[in-house]
Amino acid sequence: MTAIANHFSYWATLFIAIAGLYIVIARGNLVKKLVGLAIFQTSVYLLYIAPGKLIGGTAPIIADKFAVYSNPLPHVLILTAIVVGVATLALGLAIVVRIKEAYGTIEEDEILAQEQPALQQTADNKM
Amino acid sequence: MTPEATILLAIAVPAVGMGLIAAAHRMPDLREAITLATAGLLSVLVASLTPLVLDGARPGVTVFEMMPGLALRFEVEPLGMLFGLVASGLWIVNSLYSIGYMRGNEEKHQTRFYVCFAGALAATMGIAFAGNLLTLFLFYEALTLITYPLVTHHVTPGAVRAGRLYLGLLVGTSIVFLLVAIIWTWQLAGTIDFTPGGILGGEVPNATVGVLLALYVFGVGKAAVMPVHRWLPAAMVAPTPVSALLHAVAVVKAGVFSVLKIVIYVFGVEATAGVKSVDWLPFMAGFTIIAASIVALRADNLKRRLAYSTVSQLSYVVLAAALLTPLSVIGAALHIAAHALGKITLFFAAGAIYTAAHKTEVSQLDGIGRRMPWTMGAFTVGALSMIGLPPAAGFVSKWYILQGAMATGQWNAVAVVVASTLLNAGYFLPIVYRAFFVAPPDDGHRAHGEAPFTMVAALTLTAAGTVALFFFPDVPLALARQLAGG
Amino acid sequence: MRSWRRSNLPFSKPPITRCNILISQNYPILHVVVPLIAAPLMVLLRHGGFAWLLAAVASWSSLAVSAALLAEVAGGGVISYAIGSWAPPWGIEYRIDSVNAFLLVLVSLIASVVVIYCRESVEAEVAPEQHYLFYTMYVLCLAGLLGIAATGDGFNLFVFLEISSLSSYVLIALGRDRRALVASYQYLIMGTIGATFIVIGVGLLFLMTGTLNLADMAARLREVTDTRPILAALAFLTVGISLKLALFPLHLWLPNAYAYAPSAVTAFLAATATKVSLYVLLRFYYSVFGESAVFIAHPTSDILLVLSLAAMFIASTVAIFQDNIKRLFAYSSVAQIGYITLGVSFDSLTGLTAAIVHLFNHALTKGAIFLLLGGIALRLGAVRFQDIGGIARVMPLTSFGIVLAGLSLIGVPGTVGFVSKWYLVLAAIESGAWWLALLIVLSSLLAVIYVWRFVEAAYFQVPSASVSRLREAPLSMLVPAWLMVAACLYFGLDASLTLSGASQAAAELLPGSR
Repeated sequence: MTAIANHFSYWATLFIAIAGLYIVIARGNLVKKLVGLAIFQTSVYLLYIAPGKLIGGTAPIIADKFAVYSNPLPHVLILTAIVVGVATLALGLAIVVRIKEAYGTIEEDEILAQEQPALQQTADNKM
Repeated sequence: MTPEATILLAIAVPAVGMGLIAAAHRMPDLREAITLATAGLLSVLVASLTPLVLDGARPGVTVFEMMPGLALRFEVEPLGMLFGLVASGLWIVNSLYSIGYMRGNEEKHQTRFYVCFAGALAATMGIAFAGNLLTLFLFYEALTLITYPLVTHHVTPGAVRAGRLYLGLLVGTSIVFLLVAIIWTWQLAGTIDFTPGGILGGEVPNATVGVLLALYVFGVGKAAVMPVHRWLPAAMVAPTPVSALLHAVAVVKAGVFSVLKIVIYVFGVEATAGVKSVDWLPFMAGFTIIAASIVALRADNLKRRLAYSTVSQLSYVVLAAALLTPLSVIGAALHIAAHALGKITLFFAAGAIYTAAHKTEVSQLDGIGRRMPWTMGAFTVGALSMIGLPPAAGFVSKWYILQGAMATGQWNAVAVVVASTLLNAGYFLPIVYRAFFVAPPDDGHRAHGEAPFTMVAALTLTAAGTVALFFFPDVPLALARQLAGG
Repeated sequence: MRSWRRSNLPFSKPPITRCNILISQNYPILHVVVPLIAAPLMVLLRHGGFAWLLAAVASWSSLAVSAALLAEVAGGGVISYAIGSWAPPWGIEYRIDSVNAFLLVLVSLIASVVVIYCRESVEAEVAPEQHYLFYTMYVLCLAGLLGIAATGDGFNLFVFLEISSLSSYVLIALGRDRRALVASYQYLIMGTIGATFIVIGVGLLFLMTGTLNLADMAARLREVTDTRPILAALAFLTVGISLKLALFPLHLWLPNAYAYAPSAVTAFLAATATKVSLYVLLRFYYSVFGESAVFIAHPTSDILLVLSLAAMFIASTVAIFQDNIKRLFAYSSVAQIGYITLGVSFDSLTGLTAAIVHLFNHALTKGAIFLLLGGIALRLGAVRFQDIGGIARVMPLTSFGIVLAGLSLIGVPGTVGFVSKWYLVLAAIESGAWWLALLIVLSSLLAVIYVWRFVEAAYFQVPSASVSRLREAPLSMLVPAWLMVAACLYFGLDASLTLSGASQAAAELLPGSR
């Protein structure tokens, strides 16, 4: 039990990461895949931020009353990571829109059916 | 002109010739004049080096360093000198012949033919004068690639198939075996320069020497030791001048030359003489000699018979090298020259028969000697040389090989040489007999005479050369002796 | 954490720390900043022609700066540049040594050559109103790749990785074929998973060491080498980077992406993107984790060896059976990446030299091939075997260039491929694995087959009516492509420059080489 309780944030991270990856792999809908990808990336945010917080710690402003500070750096890093994640999602959705225009569908198997046999190989190794 | 410059020019002249020939593609006469001029200039250049080498000099030039410690280096030693002389000298004759053949048969893509031919000669010179294994390998591969368009000259499905076999076997063996062998040598010896006495020295374990030798012998696919000989008969789809120069002189001789050079300058004749792990080579070479002769005996197509005869004769050189005695090495070197002259004569004759009479099979040749006396006369001289009878050059080289074998008591080798001599006689003499003593069939022969003049002139010249080499073997012999001495 | 610790960096060589007064002192960042600034300018100008000019200027100036940097560190020095004058390990450090200077020159060189080629190729393959966007993405991709190479900071590396990746997804999606969209989407998914794995790995390292500066991280890792988070970080980084560099079997995104992207993009990405990822792998393995932690404590060598061999044989075999020539050479790229990782797997100075020199050599070779194929795509509209029969008669220079570069793939002496192969085989023999030497050369025979498929199609078939109407590719495309071909031959004959660079880089990565 203690192993779970002491590393609670890591277990949460792990769960989110695996859930996200599962969606990416298991879903054939291109938008759902992107959602899974976003969830997967979210786990990283937790991975970085959670250890930076110390219980009772404050923002790192030097003042007499405080002796314990939380590390602000992970927050800064994750701000950047969030921007990257949003950009990825936006670009992914834009490509899906274009795919919808070109193929009339956003279901992976229907797209592959239209591209037989050119993309057959990738169908066999579905992401 | 310094010898160094001469060496570089010997490679540059045919290379520049390629460009000039290509530039003159609209003017066939000029193009062929350039070919002849280039060939002439080249053989003068090569010949000018001969006195130096005979005096014991070893002119060399390092062009630049390709990789750290590995330079592109040329060095002229007696064996390379001999090979260079043979190849450059025969190019002139072959060019004369080509002009007659290509025009007589109205072949297409003649410019490409002459360009690739000049390129092949540049590569051959590079092989002959290579100062280390890297340079040798570079030009060896270049020769394969530049001759590929010649083999596939007719662009028929058959030619493309033959091209695949040619390229696949030669590039395949050289990359898989030869390259690994070279890198291994470099790793073992720390050098890959050709050095008299060999570079592998005493430290290398005996078993390794045997494996290395196998990698080298089968890596040099151009030497056509069985079972990597299949490309040679396949390549006979090429026009006859290609078969003549490339598959009697440049390509195959580059192969056995490389084997001989590697045995002498990498392994070292004396250093390797006692090593048990190399004993398999004479057997392999002996087997190739006999087996190829038997195949030749059964071949009805004239060029195919000549091709298998070549496979067999090449292994004489390998066998002689494998005997690892000074006398047999002299024989091996001489055989490169003797076989080149004899075999080119035979191919020339085959091409002349094809051009004049459009005959390709041995069984069609009844009585042809009466209509083409010069051609078949030359053919007879070439055949004598192959068998090893006086007064043809083949006798001299065989003599030395036999002496070497007897001196060291390698009676198996003696038996092989004797048996193959009988077989050679068995597949060449019937042709001569048919041509001169069997009456021509009444309907078979159209009225034809000799082939075009340049072709007959060429084959007469090489036949004369074959005889001359028997009576005056001084220069090749002197070069070969230096080889055994040093 | 990271900011809270004192650091006494045990630098192997005292880095030259710089103030920011003269332009030349800002070189270590200039080559990244110039294309990064050019990108928004292009969006503001919205003009294809200007955008091209700007892209060309940005690429060439990056090349000039990179060359200057290489010259400076060639003697074995290290340049440390603190961004915003925040001293490392607190601030972001750019750290140039002979390893990444070599790579910077390679990437900016390829970019400079390809940008000339872009003019005509993009004109034909991309809609006119998208031209300026194409060049925007092109310079962003360049900035990202150069940034990855130059930075000495783990998180900064991730950011640049994403900049280059996002822009390359867009570039691929600009391909004419609608399959380009699917390929780009595929690449986006796999690339993002890879990048996220990398950032997880960096995060774990950050948690254990409290620093993001790679050099600092390396120093602090020694105390915690054998802990489980570090092992997890190694695993995450290995998988993530392998995805980006298309190590077999994580290469599935690559063939489609290369096959359907615009020609110029294929050439640029094939020559640079996977190579930069390889650099990241080397950097993490040797400079951060340290050779012993990666290769001695864990069976990394064996894993890399098996995967590399699988790549060399399986990808080459798959390549033989492709109908689309771009796809064929894309699979060949997967195989060639196998050669590079094979060199890494030897974990020796020779092996590493082979890997680095092949990284350079393969970039030249593949760059040349894809540029020339672009010429065929431009004239013919397709690059499938059934369409190109007899094309050598109408496009002799293009075809002959592909043959020459193909010879380099095979490893014929006189081409760069030979130099790589020489060192690779030497490394195999040195490590006593003669069977491996034979496998290396055997796999190059597969290259003979697929290159000769092109030769026979281009030279031995009678041109169809549509082929015989074609003309040779335009000069502005032929010249850059042939520059690459010439480089393939030049560096194949005189390899002293590339080899000395590679062996110095290898020595830098493997100090006290055994």
